[in-house]
Amino acid sequence: MTTSTQTIEQLAGKEYQYGFVTDIEQETVPPGLSEEVIRLISAKKQEPEFMLEWRLKAYRHWLSMTTPEWANVHYPPIDYQNIVYYAAPKSKADGPKSLDEVDPELLRTYEKLGIPLQERAALAGVAVDAVFDSVSVATTFKDKLGAMGIIFCSFSEAVREHPELVRKYLGSVVPTGDNFYAALNSAVFTDGSFVYVPKGVRCPMELSTYFRINAKNSGQFERTLIIAEAGSYVSYLEGCTAPMRDENQLHAAVVELIAHDDATIKYSTVQNWYPGDKEGKGGIYNFVTKRGRCEGRNSKISWTQVETGSAITWKYPGCILKGDNSVGEFYSVALTNNYQQADTGTKMIHIGKNTKSTIVSKGISAGHGQNTYRGAVKILSGADGARNYSQCDSLLIGEDCGAHTFPYIDVQNPTARMEHEASTSKIGEDQIFYCNQRGIATEDAVSMIVNGFCKEVFRELPMEFAVEAQKLLEVSLEGSVG
Amino acid sequence: MLEITSLQARVEGKAILKGIDLTVRPGEVHAIMGPNGSGKSTLAGVLAGREEYEVTGGAVRYLAQDLLELAPEERARAGLLLAFQYPVEIPGVSNVYFLKAALNALRKHRGEGELDAVEFLALVRGQLKTVQMDESFLRRSVNEGFSGGEKKRNEILQMALLEPRLAILDETDSGLDIDALKIVADGVNGLRSPERSFLVITHYQRLLDYIVPDFVHVLMNGRIVRSGGRELALELEEKGYGWLEAEVTVGA
Repeated sequence: MTTSTQTIEQLAGKEYQYGFVTDIEQETVPPGLSEEVIRLISAKKQEPEFMLEWRLKAYRHWLSMTTPEWANVHYPPIDYQNIVYYAAPKSKADGPKSLDEVDPELLRTYEKLGIPLQERAALAGVAVDAVFDSVSVATTFKDKLGAMGIIFCSFSEAVREHPELVRKYLGSVVPTGDNFYAALNSAVFTDGSFVYVPKGVRCPMELSTYFRINAKNSGQFERTLIIAEAGSYVSYLEGCTAPMRDENQLHAAVVELIAHDDATIKYSTVQNWYPGDKEGKGGIYNFVTKRGRCEGRNSKISWTQVETGSAITWKYPGCILKGDNSVGEFYSVALTNNYQQADTGTKMIHIGKNTKSTIVSKGISAGHGQNTYRGAVKILSGADGARNYSQCDSLLIGEDCGAHTFPYIDVQNPTARMEHEASTSKIGEDQIFYCNQRGIATEDAVSMIVNGFCKEVFRELPMEFAVEAQKLLEVSLEGSVG
Repeated sequence: MLEITSLQARVEGKAILKGIDLTVRPGEVHAIMGPNGSGKSTLAGVLAGREEYEVTGGAVRYLAQDLLELAPEERARAGLLLAFQYPVEIPGVSNVYFLKAALNALRKHRGEGELDAVEFLALVRGQLKTVQMDESFLRRSVNEGFSGGEKKRNEILQMALLEPRLAILDETDSGLDIDALKIVADGVNGLRSPERSFLVITHYQRLLDYIVPDFVHVLMNGRIVRSGGRELALELEEKGYGWLEAEVTVGA
């Protein structure tokens, strides 16, 4: 925080700064969900037959399911027939072949979001896939990565160009019927990112997807699949924003990761969907299923998430630790301000021997925000020598917010070692006064204290994004201290 | 420098300060002594701007400003520093980061450029020696897990860095062994200058053996009941506060 002397007024002026709408001609399908709509989406994307079958199977399953009620979040029922399931900028039905063909209006949109898509202007060392509503509009550095055998492309392209990989891995970690939202996503997902890192290759740059919801009344249903072959390494980051609208919008994504022997996948999220206004009107419902499978020995999957946006967040990035000695990690900062609600945490399933998981969760509640940590650690009978360390800390700012912790533990192997630590604290008047007495303004003091609280998580983020995350917290906390 | 007239204040509805008059000129060291509950720490808190202390009467002028009109951080930026009796812990925030943020807040206020990490480190390394702390001290979280003596030395380190015009030491000697006390006193004595004033609040005269005051005031039941030179502190040590208490009661 180099901005430690920013004044309260400056901070107060900064609200959600990504709330603009891009005026672009859209191609959409009529609202509502039916087999017909799914066939239409599949046809638009020129998918092979197996994909359509897969979607329809998921849809039929979804019809038999009900919305999960167990989460500590409250919202009126969603009318799934009122959502537009496909919205794409009109100019590019087939997708542009190169960046030169991308609609300049879209390039400007991403530039405004701080994500230049021109490779020469791009953030050094970061390749970006830009997803705008239902479609990927550009992917940078594809050629450079391709030379190393790394596939980084939109999901649609992967379905067309690498159907054998998609067929093998899609749904292998999150099956179509896993849960209500995963089933919905499987039926209607439109795009997302696909990453394949071949054996022994260390991906030389951060891969990143930037999701943008723009169209009104549309939902975003993206799918991300990352496969790391034996001995490979990849670090992936996703970011997301949406315009400010009075209606709630649904975002139901599925992310699947597969790490083979000795492979490492590091997956970071900076989630900044529109959170709704100060009275809780509008905002994104972020109902996401993310799971990784440590398939091989000594593999490692690490989730880091900074969740500051969305009206409601419902997500539990987890790891299935199948390979012996595999490692799962979950580092999370979730912030709820105003009327935001978050029910988030992780699931660590220990199957292999000597598997190890680490969970560090930091929940920050301000305003009327409600923040719930929900985490499950399951150690199956064959997981000799499994170890888990969990740490869940909650920080409260003000009198009207809430923090809740629900750890679930299921141990079926007597050699397992579990540690769980939890704490709840309030930002004290004493701490703020101490900072004030050293000349530090109250807003800066709060940022400093909150950043200190989140330090263990921020240090897991790639360098460029750790700074972003800190700034995001400052802005998201704006006005939370009177 | 500082002119307090008829200052009255209460905490949670209870009157604690019942009319304090005190003038501190540049370069002077004033000791405020008194038994527990006499209002010493309340006086320090009111001067620094603690919210829970409600000023009910009187005035405080500080460097030609109405001190009571200023927010706590404005008082700090105007050169008023309170060394806390109980320095506050801030987990996860490194000491060096905190010190730099504080110094840069002041520098910005004074229209000076902010120091970058390298410049700051060079500056703070020199200051560490005066309080006999090693560099690991900078990387630890602010006051977290510090011993009593380390916390107080950290306060003096901040004083050395922030170069206040008026430093208020609120029972800085409490909980210190003799070695730590000497380090703290040496730190303070090294900062004494014709432009800088000190208000040293203490229960015991022991500290005043090391930080020799120009004036000693005895605070009792919210009022200064006696003022004198250094010899007053020695007299108090010999006779205890009871002697003055009896005298005040008789006098009233």
